[in-house]
Amino acid sequence: MSEKTENKYLFDNPKNVQRLLTGFYTVCALLIVADFIIHRHISLAWEKIPAFYAIYGFIACVLLVVLAKLMRKVIMRKENYYDE
Amino acid sequence: MSELPPFVLFFLAVLFVLVSKGTVRKIILLATPVLAALHIGLNLDPGAHALLSVLNVELTLLRVDKLSLIFAYLFCLASFIATIFALQVGDTKQEIAGLVYAGGALGAVFAGDFISLFVFWELMAVSSVVFIWARGTERALNAGMRYLVFQVLSGVFLLSGALVHYHATGSLAFNQIGLVGTAGWLIFIAFGIKCAFPFLHTWLTDGYPEATVTGTVFLSAFTTKIAVYALARGYPGEDILVYIGITMACFPIFYAVIENDLRKVLAYSLINQIGFMVTGVGIGTALAMNGAVAHAFSDVIFKGLLFMAMGVVLHRVGHVNGSGLGGLYKTMPKTTVFCIVGALSISAFPLFSGFVSKSMVMTALVQEGYSYGWLFMLFASAGVFHHAGIKIPYFAFFAHDSGLRPKEAPINMLIAMGLAAAICIFIGSQPQYLYALLPWEVNYWPYDQTHVLAQLQLLFFSALAFVWLNKQGIYPPELRSVNLDAEWFYRKLLPASVCRGLNILSNAKETALVAIMAPIHRIRRSFSQSSIAQYSLSESWSTGSMVLWISIILVAYLFLNIVVYGLK
Repeated sequence: MSEKTENKYLFDNPKNVQRLLTGFYTVCALLIVADFIIHRHISLAWEKIPAFYAIYGFIACVLLVVLAKLMRKVIMRKENYYDE
Repeated sequence: MSELPPFVLFFLAVLFVLVSKGTVRKIILLATPVLAALHIGLNLDPGAHALLSVLNVELTLLRVDKLSLIFAYLFCLASFIATIFALQVGDTKQEIAGLVYAGGALGAVFAGDFISLFVFWELMAVSSVVFIWARGTERALNAGMRYLVFQVLSGVFLLSGALVHYHATGSLAFNQIGLVGTAGWLIFIAFGIKCAFPFLHTWLTDGYPEATVTGTVFLSAFTTKIAVYALARGYPGEDILVYIGITMACFPIFYAVIENDLRKVLAYSLINQIGFMVTGVGIGTALAMNGAVAHAFSDVIFKGLLFMAMGVVLHRVGHVNGSGLGGLYKTMPKTTVFCIVGALSISAFPLFSGFVSKSMVMTALVQEGYSYGWLFMLFASAGVFHHAGIKIPYFAFFAHDSGLRPKEAPINMLIAMGLAAAICIFIGSQPQYLYALLPWEVNYWPYDQTHVLAQLQLLFFSALAFVWLNKQGIYPPELRSVNLDAEWFYRKLLPASVCRGLNILSNAKETALVAIMAPIHRIRRSFSQSSIAQYSLSESWSTGSMVLWISIILVAYLFLNIVVYGLK
C-alpha cells in the first residue's frame, strides 16, 4: 500500500541502472582504446604491458576480495565474541 | 604577545566556554580555530621561538618552521570543520575535550623539546578518550579504556626515550633522532603506537568506531597526524619505515572488505592511508616527504568527510552496519553526494585531493627504485578504491533498499560536509596552493596524460571488478560479525591464559593440600585411637582459644615477674 504512494526514485527504475552500467562499460572500453592512442612515459618495465594499470586494477581487486573471503573462514566470529 | 603559542588560545577558550552558553558559546567554539589560524598566519614566521623556564629546564613551547606550520594550519582547519559538524550536540564535556584536544595537537606540533612534546602528547590522549566515553555504552567504556591504555603507554615510551636521550646527549631538543641506541628505539615505538603501526594499531580500529557521532570526526584528524608529523621530524629516511608503511597500506584493506561496521571500515582505511604517509617519510627524499605531508593534509579532510557522512547515517539511523543499510540516497541525497566526493578523494580520482598527494609518494617510490614496493602500493591504491571508494557509498546509500527513509542531515552537518567536500575538490583541482605550503621545494605536477590515464584505468577496472564480482554473486555479503585482529592477543588470549593459569594454580593448590593434609589426618587418627587421647588436654584446640590461653599465661608471667622482682 505504502509502496504505491511512495515516490519513484532514480534507481528504482531498472532502466536507469542499466544506463549507468552501459555508460560505465563504455568508459572502461574507451580507457583501453586510449592506452593505444596516448603515448605513456614508461619508467618501469611492467608499464610496458599494454593496459597494464587496467589489468592490474582488475586482478588486484578480484584477488583482494577472494582472499578476504577466505580470511573470513579463519577470523570471522560471532558479533558478541569478545563480550562472552 | 606576537609569539604566543597558539595552544594558549584554545585553553583560554575552555574558560570562556565554561562561563557561557547557547549562541555565545557556539561563537566562541567556532572563533577559536579561526583566531588561532589568523594568529599563526600573521604573527608566526618560520624561526619564531618562545621559551619557558621550569625548574632550571628550558622548554621550547614554540618552534616554528614550515613543517610545523602546515600541520598547524591543518589542525585549525580540521578543528573548525569538526566543530561546525558537532554544533548541534551541545555536550559541554565533548566541547571542552575538542578544545583541549585540538589545543594539545597545536602544542605538540610546535613543541621544540621532548618534555613539552610529552605533556601535549598525554594531554591529547586524555582529552580524546572523552569522545569515546561520551557514547555512554558499556562497549564504549571498555573500548575507551583500552584506547587510553595504548595512548598512555605511548607517552611512557616517549618519556623514557626522552630521558635516555637526555642522559646520552645532554639535550632535550626534539630534532632528527634516527634509529640509534635505546633512546632512538623507545621514541620510535612511542610514535609507532600513535601512528598505528601493524600490531600496535588495534586501539584505532577498536576505539574509533565506538566513539560518538561527532567524536570520531575529531579523533580521525589529530592523533595519527601528530604521529606522522613526529615521524617526519624525528625519523626521515629510515628505510624500515618504507616497509612498515607498505604493510600498513596493504593488510587493512582485507579487513575493510569483510568488515560490516562502516565506521570500522573507515578506521581500517585510515591505517591504509597512514601507510602511504609513513612510506613517504621512510623514503625521505624531498618529494616523498612533501608527499607524506600533503597526503596527511588531504587525508584529514577527506577522511573527516567520510566519517561525517557515516556519522550522519549513525545519527539518523542508529547504526552503521552495512548489513542493515541501503537505499538511503532516496532521502539523504546531499549526504550521498558529499560521501561520494569523500570516496573519490580517498581513491585518488583525478581532480580530487587524494590524487595530487598520494601520487607524490608513488612517484618517489619509483624514483628511489622500490619497484616491488610500488607494486604493493598500487595494489593498496586499487584496494582502497574498492573498500572505501565503492563499498562505503554503495552499501550505505545504494545496494538493496533497506526500507529505511531517514531524514537528511541537520543543516550544520551539511555545512561541515559541504565545506570539506569543497576543500577536497579545490585541493584536487588547484594543487598549487597546497604545494606552496609544503615544507620542501616542489618540482612536481600531478596532471599529465600518462598519470591521469594510468590512474583512471586502475580505478575504473577496480570498479569493474566490483561490478563483476557483485553480478557473479562472489562479492562477500555484509554479515553481522567480528573479525579477529591483533587485539585478540590481549582481549582473548591473555585473559584466557590468565584464567587458565589461575585454574592450574588453584588445582595445584588443591592437590598440594590433599598431599600434605593426608599424612596429618593419618597421624591425628592414630593419635585419637591411642590411650593418651582420653585426657582432655590432648584434644585439638581451636587457634583462637590457644592464642587466648597463651596470652593469659604470658600476662601471668609478667605479673609474677613484677611481683617477684619489683619495678626497677
